[in-house]
Amino acid sequence: MTTSMTTAAAGSGPTSAEPRTGRAPAAPHRIPPAAVRGRKRLPHTPLNPRRSVPLTLLTGLVLVYTLLPLAWLVVNATKSRRGLVDSFGLWFADDFSLWDNITRTVTYDDGVFVRWLLNTLLYVAAGAGGATVLAVLGGYALAKYDFPGRKAVFAVVIGAVAVPGTALAVPTFLMFSNMGLTNTPWAVIIPSLISPFGLYLMWVFAAEAVPAELLEAARIDGSGELRTFFTIALPLLVPGTVTVLLFSMVATWNNYFLPLIMIKDPDWYPLTLGLNAWNAQAQTAGGEAVFDLIVTGSLLTIVPIVVVFLLLQRYWQSGLAAGSVKE
Amino acid sequence: MGWGFAGPFVAVFGLVFLAPIGYAGYLSLFRDRLIGGTSFVGLDNYGEALTDPRFWDGLTRVGLFLLVQVPIMLGIALLTALAIDSGRLYGKTFFRVSIFLPYAVPAVVASLIWGFMYGGQFGLVGNINEALGVSLPDPLSPSLVLASIGNIVTWEFVGYNMLIFYSALKVVPRSLYEAAAIDGAGEWRIVTSVKLPAIRSALVIATIFSIIGSFQLFNEPSILQKLAPNAITNDLTPNLYTYSLSFSGQQHNYAATVAIVMGVITAIIAYAVQLRGMRKG
Repeated sequence: MTTSMTTAAAGSGPTSAEPRTGRAPAAPHRIPPAAVRGRKRLPHTPLNPRRSVPLTLLTGLVLVYTLLPLAWLVVNATKSRRGLVDSFGLWFADDFSLWDNITRTVTYDDGVFVRWLLNTLLYVAAGAGGATVLAVLGGYALAKYDFPGRKAVFAVVIGAVAVPGTALAVPTFLMFSNMGLTNTPWAVIIPSLISPFGLYLMWVFAAEAVPAELLEAARIDGSGELRTFFTIALPLLVPGTVTVLLFSMVATWNNYFLPLIMIKDPDWYPLTLGLNAWNAQAQTAGGEAVFDLIVTGSLLTIVPIVVVFLLLQRYWQSGLAAGSVKE
Repeated sequence: MGWGFAGPFVAVFGLVFLAPIGYAGYLSLFRDRLIGGTSFVGLDNYGEALTDPRFWDGLTRVGLFLLVQVPIMLGIALLTALAIDSGRLYGKTFFRVSIFLPYAVPAVVASLIWGFMYGGQFGLVGNINEALGVSLPDPLSPSLVLASIGNIVTWEFVGYNMLIFYSALKVVPRSLYEAAAIDGAGEWRIVTSVKLPAIRSALVIATIFSIIGSFQLFNEPSILQKLAPNAITNDLTPNLYTYSLSFSGQQHNYAATVAIVMGVITAIIAYAVQLRGMRKG
């Protein structure tokens, strides 16, 4: 169902890796060779690498490839509709109209862009927030309780990661349609609540981060299970929780397929569907060619998620590390 | 007590994963006709799907697509991860973060940016044609559109896969490199004999998920369709086909059947890759 979440799961697999969530990746690459070994000098080995200009330039090609479209987007968001056509794509036009473009983007069609932004925020808050809560509770249960059916739950959920999300789309749509949920926010929020990758990640994380003795001690002191969870376990689970929240947020913010099938009413569109609709309008004969608004709107759509992404970027790596390393 | 914590997840999971799978199976056994209404047809829909040329053409196309796109994407991702992990780059954090950045960009925005850049109106291809007085082939023409989609998918996920490989490389014990270096292994030898075997499972997992992703190809062609309606037909990929069957054609029963067949084929191939990938080592 959540297509993008399935992609985000591309790191899962049974593992006993320690989640290194929450700590800055600061593994020292170099061990002073001569000092440690004493018998042999290792001038520039993999342990003591020498920086290489050719290798940096070569890898720089990949960097140019990944950054070029983003640079194009930023440059062209500063152009007026005329400048967009008249000037060279990778350089600024004479008129700098970024502010004007932003104003027109958020006011076009009675401010529908702002409505889409608020919808997206609702879907992210409820969908990604809810997904994180369910994953944290479920992962904690799988890691710390032995209950009947525990193994079955885990096997089914991990198997579900491999189910093509779009294979579920048609039946889910028909089911929701019968339940009267299509064309409402629920149709987007409810399927977003399930993140098999999030559950898996929290299971691995909780197994490592919450010592069983600590829970045992709390129980002996007469603390109830819920209270133990909130006061003892939850604080220890914070780094893993942030990682799961981050993955779910990006998946929900970027979701396209799920709202595409579920939402027909433009008032409930998220940003991704809205931009797609503007593009469809611009390509239709007689529709207003709002290319400048699409370009500016695209930039406005990615700025918040890129900021979140950069601020919390160390959590990405820890999440992927926990998922991809298998003994 | 464990069920108390796991219960909410399991309940919603049943609603949005298990119930739709069951419902799809149920739908696939019926057929809705204009005259006579819905009737039970057994496995007839499956028979039709297995001989449907529009479905098989789409499947062949995504098969071809993944044979070319997945190795290129994972190859670049692996080489980049090895370069960053080697410690020989200037500004390696900048490399790591910037190359991963496209993963945060929604498929819609990625497809729009590239689609505009491909275009002749105000795109880069148009700019180059004008500036150099040449006429490059149109990336959105029917013969090139699959490659153009492949480029977008590569752009979106190369950094993501790079980070998976890089994360796996980081936890390889450095003492292994040390031992290999003392044995006289050169840097490239260490890559092939120590590093690659050590991150084997990450390679297999990334391959499986890239294959699943390719079979599900939908977002990028669906968005580009507005820019290139003649090149991107409604049956370019199996998922586009399922979507158009269901939402333009109202053939829900047949769409559910095609979705199930596609899901089974994907699962078989993913499983085969996993068996093969895990066998050695």
